[in-house]
Amino acid sequence: MAMTATAGHAHADPHHIGLVIEHPGPAPKRIVTAYGFWIFLLSDIVMFSCFFAAYAVLSGQTAGGPKGAEIFEQRNVAIETVCLLLSSFTCGMASIAADVRNRFWFYLSMTVTCVLGLIFLVLEFREFADLIARGYGPSRSAFLTAFFSLVGCHGLHVSAGVLWLLTMMAQVFAKGFRADILRRMTCFALFWHALDIVWVAVFSVVYLLGSAP
Amino acid sequence: MLGKLNWSAIPLDQPIPLVAGAVVLVAILGVLGWVVVKGHLPYLWREWITSVDHKRIGVMYILLASVMLLRGGSDAIMMRIQQAVAYQSQGYLPPEHYNQIFSAHGTIMIFFVAMPFVIGLMNLIVPLQLGVRDVAFPTLNSVGFWLTATGALLVNISLVVGEFARTGWLAFPPLSELSYSPGVGVDYYAWSLQISGVGTLVAGINLVTTVLKLRTKGMNYLRMPMFCWTTLASNLLIVAAFPILTATLAMLLLDRYLGFHFFTNEAGGNVMMFMNLIWAWGHPEVYILVLPAFGIFSEVVSTFSGKALFGYRSMVLATMAICVVSFMVWLHHFFTMGAGPNVNAIFGIASMIIAIPTGVKIYNWLFTMYGGRIRFATPMLWSVGFMVTFIIGGLTGVLLAVPPADFILHNSMFLVAHFHNVIIGGVLFGVFAGFEYWFPKAFGFRLDERWGKAAFWFTFIGFFITFMPLYIVGLLGMTRRMQHYDVAAWRPWMIVAAVGVAVLTIGVICQIVQLVVSIRNREALRDRTGDPWDGRSLEWATSSPPPVFNFAFNPDVRGEDAYWDMKARAKQQSLAHETPDYQDIEMPRNSPTGFVCAFFATIMGFALIWHIWWMVILGGLGAWATFVVFAWRDHDEYVIPAEEVARIDRSNIQERRNLVSMAGAV
Repeated sequence: MAMTATAGHAHADPHHIGLVIEHPGPAPKRIVTAYGFWIFLLSDIVMFSCFFAAYAVLSGQTAGGPKGAEIFEQRNVAIETVCLLLSSFTCGMASIAADVRNRFWFYLSMTVTCVLGLIFLVLEFREFADLIARGYGPSRSAFLTAFFSLVGCHGLHVSAGVLWLLTMMAQVFAKGFRADILRRMTCFALFWHALDIVWVAVFSVVYLLGSAP
Repeated sequence: MLGKLNWSAIPLDQPIPLVAGAVVLVAILGVLGWVVVKGHLPYLWREWITSVDHKRIGVMYILLASVMLLRGGSDAIMMRIQQAVAYQSQGYLPPEHYNQIFSAHGTIMIFFVAMPFVIGLMNLIVPLQLGVRDVAFPTLNSVGFWLTATGALLVNISLVVGEFARTGWLAFPPLSELSYSPGVGVDYYAWSLQISGVGTLVAGINLVTTVLKLRTKGMNYLRMPMFCWTTLASNLLIVAAFPILTATLAMLLLDRYLGFHFFTNEAGGNVMMFMNLIWAWGHPEVYILVLPAFGIFSEVVSTFSGKALFGYRSMVLATMAICVVSFMVWLHHFFTMGAGPNVNAIFGIASMIIAIPTGVKIYNWLFTMYGGRIRFATPMLWSVGFMVTFIIGGLTGVLLAVPPADFILHNSMFLVAHFHNVIIGGVLFGVFAGFEYWFPKAFGFRLDERWGKAAFWFTFIGFFITFMPLYIVGLLGMTRRMQHYDVAAWRPWMIVAAVGVAVLTIGVICQIVQLVVSIRNREALRDRTGDPWDGRSLEWATSSPPPVFNFAFNPDVRGEDAYWDMKARAKQQSLAHETPDYQDIEMPRNSPTGFVCAFFATIMGFALIWHIWWMVILGGLGAWATFVVFAWRDHDEYVIPAEEVARIDRSNIQERRNLVSMAGAV
């Protein structure tokens, strides 16, 4: 008896609100993969935000060491930024090439992306090495600790991205534009673009604000 | 060659950890030996270790949690005995050992008992409730589980090789910095949490994507069972909060390994930044644990009251409200920091506000029971016990949220009593209810009711005998983590608490006996229909245990309580007997990726703890190579032919038809 009563309740629109759109069922794999990767990127951005918060808290704690304005080289940072932004464009080209299954443009765009990423990494490495050589390493002050960690965390992400990029090229070379490879390519592109967004924040918060005397 | 590792790392002069470690080692070797001698190894490898089936992974999570519960429980027993005897004496545990024990107890209970138990139940049940065949990323799911197991393994290795942290379960600096904790204890703590944290994050991403993107036809958001909603909320919190833990521990490790100054006293480091960061993770963490428990109680109360959940929509709203507000209360863990009256007031009020949606939930459960035909089976007992216990814990929580009161009670035994009140009364009772409730679904037979009820009553009463005295000594001024004390007024209460732990232990033993007895009587307890409790949601619409593909057909959902609705329709229409048109089903292939990856992660973690750098590189390369090999495979799915699906499905359908026609005849 109780069953029939609840069965009536269980019909699609118990509260007579109006239109109920029926859920069509599980999403296709392509959507699921990209969606899951987005969620990962969000979590990664939360992690970055912790390092940003730490930088904001510690940026004034120079402990008698240098301030940001004394150690940042704007020319270097400008080249780094141009490299990364351009690499986002070429990464987009690679995505389009993968979509139309054009191997030549895919390899070319990926190679250029890789080279730009490597130039960025070399410049960052040189900046770090130079600072450490001058005695301004991360153990010098809390400010430098936060600076090296935040910028270095982004740099580590770019390094992982380059490793992934090369793996991606090898996969396309070995397997062609298969559905699962294309799904991975979508994730890689999302990752690379997200790193660009993080860099824009690093550039603004660390280098731009920090360069003010 | 081996970094800081040498023979002095083995605590040969300390009998307790050595004996405990030896017992664990013998137990592990015994089980392994039995498995190998009996020839079960290929079966274990094929069907469990490499399995990417969400049900198997869920069961393994729960097994891990249960084993670690015994470990964490032993720590608790040792602590209660120490405080019962250490009146005007040193007790039987030296201070540095006692400090390790309470640190390990907290770490293990939160990260390796509560988390894997909750994630295991979500893994096991959510895809079934959503009416789908698997989670969004089956192989990653396996990776996540094995990384969690790696963390648990590292914590246990610290028992015999080196030491564990002596800093409490959150390793506050500056105590946890290298200058005050030069040993490997904090490194064990931090690296095992980093590795298992990656596993938790993977599980979180996986379950969020599963709930949001993989639901069967007609499973609109407002038709999902409550457990799916709380799973969604809890995993959203995992995705948002666990990266904070990762970042915070990374900063602590940078301080310890490379001389950075995040949280040091020197060079401008900021200790309170650690408190803010760790609790910005830590407070959402308690809701990560308790929200799924709320979901379990919702399922259990509604099923055993024979009624739809009262106020379903308000329950959804309350869940999501808790999910959001839980991120705005972290500062109540350190009102004493001195952030000023306005900041304290805002966080105090925000903390009290959380009591409102929680209260909504309590009333919803009560009204669900009101007027229902209640069956007091074991899961229902745990649920009612929860309501009584949790209200007390919630009220003392509101008390602690009042900043002036907190100034007096901060870091006292009152606080210890409060959070055990909500974590045992909320999370542990919840996972026990879920364990009893879903055990037949996972294994195809019910658990023995008599032993289950005995376990409940011993645990319930033992809980009160153990923790009510702690409230009292807290009000009498006893602070937490005391290795010994000289205040006569505390003594009797500490003895009562030790007696309480003995009662709790009987409860745990009852639960073990229950498992053994039930396995022995499994034929009598067999669940043939797949619906032993007259359930309401889709996990009961398939056989127990479910076939690897869960459902021969993706169910078509028409409203809330999808399976209850189906049963009602089947009875009304006296069941159409047409043969269904079975189709081939594609399922993901098993993969050793998770296990191999965790193997390398264990090597890497151990090497990092002991500064064995070549081994770190080896482990890292191994883990990366494992992923590349996994990415290189060509066939990630296999096909179950339609005839096989039909054969598996047919017997269960017949049982179900018998059940419905019998009910129809009545």
